[in-house]
Amino acid sequence: MSTVAVAHEFHAEQPRGIWRWITTTNHKDIGTLYLCFSLLMFFVGGAFAMLIRAELWTPGMQLMDPEFFNEMTAFHGLVMIFGAIMPAFVGLANWMIPMMIGAPDMALPRMNNWSFWILPFAFILLLSTLFMPGGAAGAGWTMYPPLFLQTGMALPFQIFAIHLMGISSVMGGINIIATVLNLRAPGMSLMKMPMFVWAWLITAYLLIAVMPVLAGAVTMMLMDKYFGTSFFNAAGGGDPVLYQHVFWFFGHPEVYIMILPAFGIISEIIPTFARKPLFGYTSMVFAIASIAFLSFIVWAHHMFTVGMPLAADLFFMFTTMLIAVPTGVKVFNWTATMWRGALTFETPMLFAIAFVFLFTIGGFSGVMMALVPADWQYHQTYFIVAHFHYVLVTGAAFAIMGAVYYWLPKWTGHMYNETLAKWHFWLSAISANVLYFPMHFLGLAGMPRRIPDYPLQFTDLNQVVSVGAFVFGAAQLLFVACIILCVRGGKKAEARAWEGARGLEWTLPSPAPYHSFGEPPAPNLIWTHPYQDG
Amino acid sequence: MSAEAHAGSRYYLPHGTHWPIMGSLGLFSAAVGGALWLEDVGLGKYLFLLGLIIICLMMFGWFGTVIRESLSGSYNAQVDRSFRWGMTFFIFSEVMFFGGFFGALFFARVFVENWLAGGSNSLFTNLIIWKGYEPVWPSNGPGNIGGSFEGMSATGIAALNTLILLTSGLTVTIAHWGLKEGNRKKLCLFLLFTIILGFSFVILQGHEYIDAYTRQNLTLGSGIYGSTFFMLTGFHGLHVTIGAIMLTVILIRALRGHFTAEHHFAFEAVSWYWHFVDVVWLGLFIFVYWL
Repeated sequence: MSTVAVAHEFHAEQPRGIWRWITTTNHKDIGTLYLCFSLLMFFVGGAFAMLIRAELWTPGMQLMDPEFFNEMTAFHGLVMIFGAIMPAFVGLANWMIPMMIGAPDMALPRMNNWSFWILPFAFILLLSTLFMPGGAAGAGWTMYPPLFLQTGMALPFQIFAIHLMGISSVMGGINIIATVLNLRAPGMSLMKMPMFVWAWLITAYLLIAVMPVLAGAVTMMLMDKYFGTSFFNAAGGGDPVLYQHVFWFFGHPEVYIMILPAFGIISEIIPTFARKPLFGYTSMVFAIASIAFLSFIVWAHHMFTVGMPLAADLFFMFTTMLIAVPTGVKVFNWTATMWRGALTFETPMLFAIAFVFLFTIGGFSGVMMALVPADWQYHQTYFIVAHFHYVLVTGAAFAIMGAVYYWLPKWTGHMYNETLAKWHFWLSAISANVLYFPMHFLGLAGMPRRIPDYPLQFTDLNQVVSVGAFVFGAAQLLFVACIILCVRGGKKAEARAWEGARGLEWTLPSPAPYHSFGEPPAPNLIWTHPYQDG
Repeated sequence: MSAEAHAGSRYYLPHGTHWPIMGSLGLFSAAVGGALWLEDVGLGKYLFLLGLIIICLMMFGWFGTVIRESLSGSYNAQVDRSFRWGMTFFIFSEVMFFGGFFGALFFARVFVENWLAGGSNSLFTNLIIWKGYEPVWPSNGPGNIGGSFEGMSATGIAALNTLILLTSGLTVTIAHWGLKEGNRKKLCLFLLFTIILGFSFVILQGHEYIDAYTRQNLTLGSGIYGSTFFMLTGFHGLHVTIGAIMLTVILIRALRGHFTAEHHFAFEAVSWYWHFVDVVWLGLFIFVYWL
């Protein structure tokens, strides 16, 4: 294997220790950095969630003052979205895309390094605001004015942190697009790309399209606060609702940024463990593309109760319901892939199947909230909290965990401990439902979100939710244990670690060589990828 | 910083770079300093300045490395294509950034003015909060924020600046023709024209701003009109300035003979950027000055 020889040669000239990680331009090193950072942030954001659930254990004020509670809900959201989910997907993209398309590395390796190394600084800025005089911003992850504008000296720090995250994401997106469009092995046409690569190509486009809009929105906020502009001030001819429009023009594509790569992952895992090609590859590509297109014309369904004109309510209601069509296509295709397959239930497959079930529950509650008159009831209640945790935790986070178990053998050269991993899965899947399902009922009964106190009749369900939360949090320690054990040892993994796995990444040895493909793979390897029958 | 073509391979792979971490430290210092400065903490502006200096040094170093590698022939056609995709999508991200501010302008003009005056379902807004407010444009809102002012006219400096930028788009294209013909004199001369036009634009815009503040009482604080006018034209002016600096770098490189008729991605990237700045200006001229 010439690639192995090349890998050794490159190892020899690498700097050692921390400087290696700071200066690396290697897609695997950078992918590892992203994934470790994301895991760290998963626990930071998780700790905030534990505090929230502890405070909500009984009615009345228990552990913290209401301002700090608001900071916790805001920072739980910001850290999980920008610190955990997005970097995890970018880390997976870094690790897998070059291997899946038969490339040696990412197209712009130096910029790749910079996209990662901005992130730790952005989060030092963001998290430092928790310790500032006057406290951090407790206006939710959405940062609506005028409440957000009442933040003290933390405000510019948080805004600049958002700017830095935006720069990082845009550079990451540019790199992924350049890689996918330019570094595919000869013979791999667009419609032969693995679904994970397709999903990321479209996600990267969304990132580049909307992160600058978020930067614009928070810049307007900064100007309103410090330079006397009137963007969000009605007395000056502006409008606080303007912020919500600009924010959600970013925000809705953003939620698809957090789910489309998950779709890609599930479309990789299910065919492997069903030992069948993905059902309806072409329709899967077009479904993702349609979802991405629709994401730009549905944003105001987050704002049905702000008093928009009726025509706007109707337009956004109908476009939102349209999203159910391509999403339904995807769920149908995953199910059809499993239909009459030779199924086995290793941990990645368990996470994938849980994803299909539980993400669909989140999808259904999404359709419920798309209906304007119904949404007037659900808005700002625990119903929406249940909805987006079903799509983001049992959706995006489960897909990420499934992906980690699926590709860990390729990364480390060892199989993970299947028993421990199954414990992790079952504890997570059960506790997540104990945690999130009762939130639907709380919301329908009228419990508002982002509130540290509640009436007595909500106590029972809140305690169920909190128990679920503590078990879910504790179960994630098993995840860390599985990863550490797998990195340190375990059964030797084959090149093709899973019997049913197809795709170029499985033609490389496990662990994969430092530079994935020194020479492009033979075109006949591409023909054997899992999506084309025969 | 060693960087060489992958041994025995068709791919180019740089490895080991300290420029990104330097850039991150610069951004971090500028962000912390900027935030402290806004909060009137004495140290702030020095930290901010330090950050900017670090970022500038990083750009010198990083681009310098890339230029050296390019001149040494490390970059094959594939690397060139990667750079092209990168620049294309960078410009797309810039378009979306301006899109956010244009969106704010359209929203304020088309909807907010109307709603403050009781339009759509906002009758009580006008009956109770902003009694009898009539929609106007230019507007500084029902609170007359910043006091009365005179709006911008499309026939003054703005028209001249439109002419200047459109001409500069033409001169940069002629420079490109010169480059492709291998005519270095034509390349350098028309690049120089473009740079002069670019900086003239910035100077005229500065003049326009001074006039706005001193004579028209039009400031950043003049309600939504002042906010959108200065943010849109200000960010655009910043981009023109950056573009003109980039053109200057390209001129210096052209004088040193860095470009060949076949191999000159840096020139093209900057000219794309310049055309982008030009197109944004047309949007500004139509929607901010004219309509």
